[in-house]
Amino acid sequence: MRALLLRDLRLAIRAGGGFGLGLAFFLILAVLVPLGVGPEPDTLALIAPGILWVGALLACLLSLDRIFALDFEDGSLDLLATAPVPLEAVVSIKALAHWITTGLPLVLVSPVLGLLLFLPAEAYGWLILSLLLGTPALSVIGSFGAALTVGLKRGGLLLSLLVLPLYIPTLVFGAEVVSRGAQGLTVGTPLSLLAGITAGAVALLPFASALVLRINLR
Amino acid sequence: MTLRVHDLTCARGGLPVLEGVSFTLAPGKALILRGPNGCGKTTLLRTIAGLQPSIAGEIEAPADSIAYAAHADGIKAVLSVTENLQFWAETFGTASVEAAIDRMKLRALATRPAQTLSAGQKRRLGLARLLVTGRPIWALDEPTVSLDTDSVALFAGVVRAHLEQGGMALIATHIDLGLPEAQVLELGTYKARLPEEGAGGFDEAFL
Repeated sequence: MRALLLRDLRLAIRAGGGFGLGLAFFLILAVLVPLGVGPEPDTLALIAPGILWVGALLACLLSLDRIFALDFEDGSLDLLATAPVPLEAVVSIKALAHWITTGLPLVLVSPVLGLLLFLPAEAYGWLILSLLLGTPALSVIGSFGAALTVGLKRGGLLLSLLVLPLYIPTLVFGAEVVSRGAQGLTVGTPLSLLAGITAGAVALLPFASALVLRINLR
Repeated sequence: MTLRVHDLTCARGGLPVLEGVSFTLAPGKALILRGPNGCGKTTLLRTIAGLQPSIAGEIEAPADSIAYAAHADGIKAVLSVTENLQFWAETFGTASVEAAIDRMKLRALATRPAQTLSAGQKRRLGLARLLVTGRPIWALDEPTVSLDTDSVALFAGVVRAHLEQGGMALIATHIDLGLPEAQVLELGTYKARLPEEGAGGFDEAFL
């Protein structure tokens, strides 16, 4: 399992691995929004939590179809399914690798982008915390969508349509944490709901993903 | 340790393609599967490897004993030959890839990224993976595609050495591998009758 994680990370950072795709998208979005909306700090500060969370979500979405499609095409997925590693573990490890290469960099650059969007100072901690708690759910839910569409040619559109509705609770509560934090209100409720969604997704979805992968491999 | 297949019916896309397949593979034996294109060789191998459920019949094999090699070799283009093998060795919990590299004559290519290999060299790398799995039963789907005659002989030697150590091999192939001791199973004789029109299983074609 450690071998699989290391292999996926190595593949992601080598040429053509797609590492940085989501990050570049996130950067572009946060740079373009002030140009499009106008430079008024008040307006930007108001929309910053939502923009940052929507950006993080779409950036995650960009690289989802790579989670299983590449392994399916070159036959590795068949071989992994016959290897002495439970498919549930394979799915979890691949979601973890996706989070490390996509979600974690987003969390790390988000304060810099918050600066561009005039995010109020008291919201930075909540921004990082909410992304840290929320992005694992994006990767795990996304890997379920990727497992569902793995056999399809050009399944990216279908994948986005399937996954987006499942992302909405994470988006709503994540952005709510940041905007309440920015206004100096208590964030306990949205934060615990966000953490609950992530915990539930991480605990349950790998089993569903492994099941649909087995069906798709037939 | 034997592989016993009894009265097996396997399906592709919900429709049975082979029925009543029975054979027993004892340690040290090889079985060659023959039959025209589309007769179900791949389907049979995938069913035995546990990648798809059978419709009827039994497959008796010890748990985690089958190494499956498909048409696609599962090679990552940006990893080197050694890194590719190392990954499978760690996944299957075996120690060393050096022996496999030497056996399949990949030593000179060991540090090359797999994307620079020719089709035949990739195939040799795919077959070297079998050696690092450490599993006794090899289920091979047309292992000699794109291999030159020397490599086919090299591969036949590797299979023979595997058999001598008590391993087993189940090989779907169209060419003569140079394994005269292997039994041959003609799959054409097990062709399933198609069920009547509309008789269930239609959804399965889309799964």
